[in-house]
Amino acid sequence: MGAIFRREVLSYFTSPIGYIFLAAFYACSAVSFANVSLNYGSTQLDGVFGEIMIILIVLIPILTMRTLSEEKKNKTDQCLLTAPVSLWGIVLGKFLAAFLIYILGVAITIVYAIVVSAYAAPDWTVILGNVTGLALLGAAFIAVGMFCSSFTENQVVSAVVSFIVMVALYLFTTIGNVIPIDFIENIMPGFSNLARAIIVAVVIIAVGTVVYFVAGRKASTVLITVAIALVLGLFTYAGDNLPDVFARLSFWERYYGFTYGLFDLSNVLFFVSAAAVFLFLSVRVLEKRRWS
Amino acid sequence: MIEVQNLSKHYGDKKAVDNISFKAEDGEILGFLGPNGAGKSTTMNILTGYISCTDGKALIDGIDILENPIKAKSKIGYLPEQPPLYLDMTVREYLNFIYDLKKCKLPRNSHLKDICSLVKIEHVYNRIIKNLSKGYRQRVGLAQALVGNPNVLILDEPTVGLDPKQIIEIRTLIKKLGKNHTVILSSHILSEVQAVCDKIIVINEGKIVADDTEDNLSRKLSVDHKLSVRIDGPKNEVAKLIKGINGVVSCEEGAQHSDTVWDYRVEAKEGVDIRRELFKRIAERNWYILEMKSSELSLEDIFLKLTMGEAIPALEKKSDGGRD
Repeated sequence: MGAIFRREVLSYFTSPIGYIFLAAFYACSAVSFANVSLNYGSTQLDGVFGEIMIILIVLIPILTMRTLSEEKKNKTDQCLLTAPVSLWGIVLGKFLAAFLIYILGVAITIVYAIVVSAYAAPDWTVILGNVTGLALLGAAFIAVGMFCSSFTENQVVSAVVSFIVMVALYLFTTIGNVIPIDFIENIMPGFSNLARAIIVAVVIIAVGTVVYFVAGRKASTVLITVAIALVLGLFTYAGDNLPDVFARLSFWERYYGFTYGLFDLSNVLFFVSAAAVFLFLSVRVLEKRRWS
Repeated sequence: MIEVQNLSKHYGDKKAVDNISFKAEDGEILGFLGPNGAGKSTTMNILTGYISCTDGKALIDGIDILENPIKAKSKIGYLPEQPPLYLDMTVREYLNFIYDLKKCKLPRNSHLKDICSLVKIEHVYNRIIKNLSKGYRQRVGLAQALVGNPNVLILDEPTVGLDPKQIIEIRTLIKKLGKNHTVILSSHILSEVQAVCDKIIVINEGKIVADDTEDNLSRKLSVDHKLSVRIDGPKNEVAKLIKGINGVVSCEEGAQHSDTVWDYRVEAKEGVDIRRELFKRIAERNWYILEMKSSELSLEDIFLKLTMGEAIPALEKKSDGGRD
């Protein structure tokens, strides 16, 4: 793991990517800092931290797009996967290297705080909480980006897909609000949520079975049907609480707490576990590639 | 030592490797010969743990690559078909990275220096790999496989893309390495395998079609003990003389090259070598042998015979999975 970590950090600076990421991050966050804080003569940096999340959605895919995809394209994964290192060692080494570069970027916010402190003492504990939140959010985003990178050999595809996924995670609350769950409730007014969920799942499985036999018996049809039945069934079961469920899974809502200076342990755990889940999935993708 | 037992790999319905077994002892160079797409690279990728097998077992020094991958992989040096090089690193950075990656315990600087002088890349040590020619990249790939001095070396088409001089150098190097490593080498170049390997496995469509030393393969497959001779001397007398040699079964005249120069195809009884006797008698008469060659099959012929599905009955015992 150490060797991979060192090589990755080095490669961020032998290729332009490390420089581009840091320069773009510094520039964008500085614009935000000038605009939100300096312009209004405010020592509060909460707004800056809020806007940094948008910057991350654009920049983190650049940081992670090549992590796993380029290895596959250049066949250098043959070197890593046949070396006496575990898959977790490979994925974690790469994750930590990207995280280190990211932290180098995030460190600039301390500079902003120091600039602000020249005018009036800022609320250091709030800033510390903000920086912690930003680090956690970044860790989760980097894991998402690496997961997207593990699918493809193409860096651009990897970057675009992770960008879309991150936007979706950011907009989770909105997505939860626009899912037309009342539609099903209106069709089946007299039933409980559980009954509706079972009916929805059964209908989807019935359709899936027909597709399975008509479109040639493919294992992927079964998997997709089960996945759709499960997801829509759960949505129906949640019923009116669905927007709430989505809001709780929203990266923005979770991160928003930090920018208020609210240090909630559940939010910390959320980001840590999101990072762990996506890293785990990346390992599974690598493992699966070996078996297919 | 490498031991492979009933190894299979299926991609969907396609069998890339179909129930193959073989064994390579310490200090042995095993040649893997087969046309493109025969399953050579797949087998090597399974042996090194890059992909998994559908069925069967691969043991590296007695350690199962699937059960204890980390320990087994630490005993292998692998040069894949395309050397796994990070193009934006220098050779020095790259080899140091591999050294760390393999958790090598040998003294770093002297070990890397030894490897570089072995594959002759000292003078490009500080250059960026991107700027190296194909031949040098191949050598850096080989150097990468040698880091940590692993017991087992698996080299997938190590001389592909090199110029003739480099090919000879790399072959000499592999022969040298074969003395104290187990080497598995794949190739579709027959002369290469012939020149380097102690033992040859011919593989086609995922199956082993022959597994033996090259000499035995040759002997088993050669149809008869035939000679082709070009002699300068009166035709009928020469033919008579040849037929008079003890052990000669038949003698046919072949093409005529000038008034007195003719080709003769001579067939002797199995196990009888008539060449010395032939030479002596022709010389006694003051005739001249201009050319004499045994029509023993070359590896090319064997290869064609085996892969075109013309395996000779004598060999069929051997080809049912290649067990010795």
